[in-house]
Order: sequence, then structure tokens, then C-alpha cells
Amino acid sequence: MRILIANGRIIDPASGRDKVGNLLVDGERIVALDAEAEARSRADHASRVIDARGLVVAPGLVDLSARLREPGFEYRATLESEMDAAVAGGVTSLACPPDTDPPLDEPGLVDMLRRRAKAQARARVYPVGALTVKLKGEALTEMAELAESGCVAFSQANEPLADTQVLWRALQYAATFGFPVWLRAENAHLARGGVAHDGEVATRLGLPGIPAFAETIALGMLLELVRATGARLHVCRISTAGAVEMLRRAKAEKLPVSCDVGVHHVHMSEMDLGFFDSHCRLIPPLRSTRDRDALRAGLADGTIDCVCSDHTPVDDDAKQTPFGEAEPGATGLELLLPLVLRWAEQEKLPLAKALARITSDPAHVLGIDKGRIAVGASADLVVFDPAAPVRITAEGLKSQGKNSPFLGYELAGQVRCTLVAGNPVYESAAR
Amino acid sequence: MNNPQLTASGALQHLLSVEGLPREILVQILDTAESFCGVTEREVKKVPLLRGKSVFNLFFEPSTRTRTTFEIAAKRLSADVINLNIAASSQTKGESLLDTVANLSAMQADLFIVRHAQAGAPHLIARHVKPHEHVINAGDGRHAHPTQGLLDLYTIRHYKKDFNGLTVAVVGDILHSRVARSLIHGLSILGVPEVRVIGPQTLMPARVEALGVRVFHDMRAGLKDCDVVVMLRLQNERMRGTLLPSAQEFNKHYGLTAEKLALAKSNAIVMHPGPMNRGVEIDSSVADGPHSVILPQVTFGIAVRMAVMSIIAGN
Repeated sequence: MRILIANGRIIDPASGRDKVGNLLVDGERIVALDAEAEARSRADHASRVIDARGLVVAPGLVDLSARLREPGFEYRATLESEMDAAVAGGVTSLACPPDTDPPLDEPGLVDMLRRRAKAQARARVYPVGALTVKLKGEALTEMAELAESGCVAFSQANEPLADTQVLWRALQYAATFGFPVWLRAENAHLARGGVAHDGEVATRLGLPGIPAFAETIALGMLLELVRATGARLHVCRISTAGAVEMLRRAKAEKLPVSCDVGVHHVHMSEMDLGFFDSHCRLIPPLRSTRDRDALRAGLADGTIDCVCSDHTPVDDDAKQTPFGEAEPGATGLELLLPLVLRWAEQEKLPLAKALARITSDPAHVLGIDKGRIAVGASADLVVFDPAAPVRITAEGLKSQGKNSPFLGYELAGQVRCTLVAGNPVYESAAR
Repeated sequence: MNNPQLTASGALQHLLSVEGLPREILVQILDTAESFCGVTEREVKKVPLLRGKSVFNLFFEPSTRTRTTFEIAAKRLSADVINLNIAASSQTKGESLLDTVANLSAMQADLFIVRHAQAGAPHLIARHVKPHEHVINAGDGRHAHPTQGLLDLYTIRHYKKDFNGLTVAVVGDILHSRVARSLIHGLSILGVPEVRVIGPQTLMPARVEALGVRVFHDMRAGLKDCDVVVMLRLQNERMRGTLLPSAQEFNKHYGLTAEKLALAKSNAIVMHPGPMNRGVEIDSSVADGPHSVILPQVTFGIAVRMAVMSIIAGN
């Protein structure tokens, strides 16, 4: 199929391009831009023209963490519902963490997930394999086998790896093969029992706290192990000002590290817990406003490489409980774009720079040739209206997870059309 | 943010926490309690303010004293009281908290008295009950125990008459204490100029000074010139382990003895929410001594709970 996307504001964060033009898709790829695109579509008759006047045309979003809940948690969400949510949110590539049931620690499971996802023909799914068997932090998985079946990295998801000996060996083993390791920085002993940031709000609400140094202590250890092993480390979901500073220094030292932040942590803080709002029960916990501001600054200056949705569908029953018993997590695939646009607007950042954190930068972390607009690149694209309002409602969300602290909010940034490999996999009914 | 315990017109709909209560409501509760103190001394100890109303005691965590005083208070207001020992019933069969409440609500409840091990459980219930139903928090995790806080305020007012110019010390396990949190908020709303918390660092919550208190790790320094000393109960399971090495060592540094109490003002009162660990946080000579108002606290507790229930759900 040949599609001309006409007169859109084409933004390619990787090259810094931000100007109105045309884009021609043929089959799975972008084949021409601007005047050439128009000329070629006129000569060969594009089978379809998408009028993108007044809209932004950007690379499809790349999300480093989206839980699809398969296998094992189909009652919370299914691959179908979450893949719909992904493309409705403009996400065309996503990495899914290994904390499924059973965890992604065997090639057969990974293979099945990839095939199921492929059959959906929507967003591309990149499984992240378990670093240890059953994520128990005891024995290493067959990483090489898992990589062959399609795992792009290895992780413990939110499960602790308390045994430093195992952690050291896992990083050594991964480094042997050059596999990236994605880990959260959290000292399991210090975080034990905690459900909120150990600060003013947790004290007032009487919630057991997780101190900020549970993150920085663990991060210090991880960085030291990176120095020792040379492993490629991606630090997932940092949440503290201290961690931002440590990563800034680690990058200046040229350590092979990258990191991301969850999109909720870019906007919210412990203050948002209000009167025990269980939608704000997240991993890691929402921290102080000072931490949040440091995360925003780190994201703007590139210390933090990417923002991810950390999409975690949780059913209502598991949230309608006292705060400490509520299941952590928030739905995020459909909020990623509007929340990043909100951040960009609040910080007065150029759109191209903000979009880099959800397109080219995470693609780089994933090691995939996606997240850019250029002749010859995959036609994974999102066309959106950056100003059009979206009201976040349970009915409006395609995801089966309706758990969002932003329910009832009106955000800007409406996805009009999403293309994966040249196929329009989502088109909004609004237009 | 809307205060979840007030109606749109600012009346008390639920009592979930002392924090955020307007000063007038606090004073109204204390004044009403004072008028009920007479009732509890009468031969016929009943008033009909809650006649025909059903009060459900929903205790998801064991309690004898608080449950009993709520029961007595409700009966003196002529309410029907239903005690549910939830720990031994449906929750253990996997029923959710909200399902339990919905079922009781279908039995025509008017007032739920809720105790739960999780902070915020009464808030959750209050968000889901019908408009004519009310929730009173009888203790949720480490968060709040507002009626205890109110009875402590009542006791202080009874003996000290005025809150202005007082120095109040709260001593012991502040970290786990919902009693301390409720009292500290109440003292601050009523304008007590100096509230101190005394205890080892392991028993202090993070950024506790943000509650408007002065932190002391040295009990002698902290007790100096206090008008009111509130001792907190140290739970048995916390006496040994990572927070404290032993009850003896705690007693030596943070137990209230007659000798330490002498550092406070000569007319200082000593309070304790009970049940006491004699010889751990408080010595018998002090608990039974002339400064102790620990037993009057219990009596006032009934009047305060009557006041809260009648203001919230009275005919």
C-alpha cells in the first residue's frame, strides 16, 4: 500500500527536523519526503492520502516498559486490549518486562508471546527476558537461548535481586555476550514493607516508607559492578534527585549506562497521594517535589535517556482497597504522549527534543532501528494533533486497565493515526 | 482538595482524622462531650439522641478498650449496637473490605465504627457508603485514631483549662503511633505553642518535624518544664529487634520515672492511651501517682465518643 501523508509538521527528533512537508510510504517503509514525495505520489497515484494539515507527523513512540499481562494475568488485560491501547496511544514499539506468570525465563514462552503479538499485527513487541530463573534472584537464565528467541535485554522487572553475588555473576555473564541488563535500583532490605516515599506525606498518612537512599545505595552498587564487569546497564524507573546526580556523573565517566523514568514520576509527587489515592500507589513510589523537579531537569538535559509509560493494567478490585494493600501500577500506554507533551509545554521545550525521549532515544536503548523518520526507515509513524484535548476516562481508554491517577483530567495531544510497517493500525473516530 | 469528612456545607459527615478538622468543630466536640459528662454520672445514663439508629462496630483488628467504649457510648445514646468480629468471619474467607461494608449497609446501618490495620481503610469505606451512612475511624494503621486524640485533648482542656501557653511532650514510639499523630494535629489546630516528641531515632517517622513538633532524643531535656506528658504504648513485638535492643534499655532512657517527671512542671499531668506496659514506658509509681490522669482519660473517652456520634448522626 502506498500512503501519502500530506502537509503535516514532520518532526524527526534524531535529525532535528521539524518542518511542514509530505511523506510517502510504500509497503513497510518511508520512500520519499517533501517535494519528492508529492511528485512521486502524483506520478504513481498514492492509494491513500492522509491529510495531516495542522497535525504533527512523528516516528511511532517506543515504550521501554508496557505490561501486556500475557501470559498469566489475562483477567487483568489481554494482548488484544493492550495492543489496541498501544496503537491508540501512538506506541509502535514496546518492550515488555518479564514479570508475567510464568515469567519470561524460557525461550518457548518468549517465542509464544512474540508470535501471539505478531499475529495481532499492531505494535512491535520486544520481550525483555528474565535475568534469573523465575525472577527469584538465585540462578541465571539461559540468556543466550533467550536472546535467540527474541529477548532484547534481561531484567528482574520489580523483583529484587538481593544476593549481590548473584547480581555480580549475572552482570558478568550478560557482559560476556554483550547483552544489556535492565534493572531497577532498589535495595530490597531498605524497601521492605514500604508502600510510599519515606517523607512528609507518608509520615502524615501513617504509611510505611521507602527511603530515597534505598535507590541511591542500590544504584551505587550497580554502578560499581558496571565498572567491574563492563556490563551494559539500563537503570529502569529512577525516582530520586540523588539517582539523577549519580547517573550524570556516571555518564561523564563514560560508563555504559542509560536510564529511564516512568511518565507519572515526571508529573506527580508524594503530594498527589491526597487522602490515600490508591491510583498513586506506584513502583517506585512517587517521591518529593524536589525529586520530581530533578527528574524533569535530568530528562531535559539528557541525563535521563527516556520516558516510559510503565504501563501496568490493574483491575478495579485490586485498587479499591486500602492504599497499602492496593496493587501498584498505573495504566499508561494511552497517556504517554499527552503527558510528555504536557511536560514539554510546561518546560517550554522544543517538541523535537521532547519527542526524542519517547522515540529515537528509547530506540537507541533497545538497539533497534526505529524511532526515526528518514527515507528507507520503517514506516512506524504517529500522526497527532498536539493541541486537541483528550479527556482521560475509563470508557475512553482502550486498555483494560482503567487505573490512572489522571482519570478525569483533560490533557492535550490526540492521536489521529498510527502506522506500523506502513499499515494504518489505528485511526481515531474523531475525524 | 475536598475534605472527605465534611459535608458540602461544612458539617461533620465522617470522623476520619483530626487533621483538617476546622477548629470550631473540634471545640464543638469538646463542648458537647462536657455536657455528656453529666449524663455518665446520672443514675439513668441514657439520652435518646441515637434512638432507632444502628451502630456497627467493625473491628478488623482486635481491640477491647476502644470497642467497649464505643459500645457504651452508643448505648448511652440509645442506639442499637452490633459488634462484628471481622477477623474471625468473612474477611478470612476472602471477601473484600468493600463487599463486607456493602453487605452490612444492606442491613440498614447508620454508623460504622471502623478499626483496620491498614492506614486509609476508613477513608476508603467513607468514599463508598450511602449518603446517610457515617464512618468513624477507630484507628487505622499508623495513620489516625481521632477519638483517642479528641479524648486526649478533652483531658488536657479539663485539667489545664486553656491550650495557650502549654508545652506538651509525646514520648516513645512515635513511628507506629496513630495516637501521637491525631493528638499532634489536634494540639496544633487548638494553638498549643510547643509540642515535643521524645524518643530514639528508630522510633521517629521521616521528617516528623514537618508536623510542627520539636524532636528530642534526650528525654530529660525534652521533659523540662512540660505541662503535659503523654506516654505511648510500646508494642511487645517492637521491644527487641532492629528498632530497639531491649525493653530494659528503652525503659532506662525513655521510661517515665518519678525522677524524670520531676523535670516537668510541678503541676504536670501524665497521660497514656493504654494499655500500659508498667516498667517499660511507665513506672507504676508514676502511673498510679498524683500526676496521672490515665483513668479519667478512659471515662472522658466515653463522653467524647458520645459527642462525636451525636454530632455526626444525632436525631
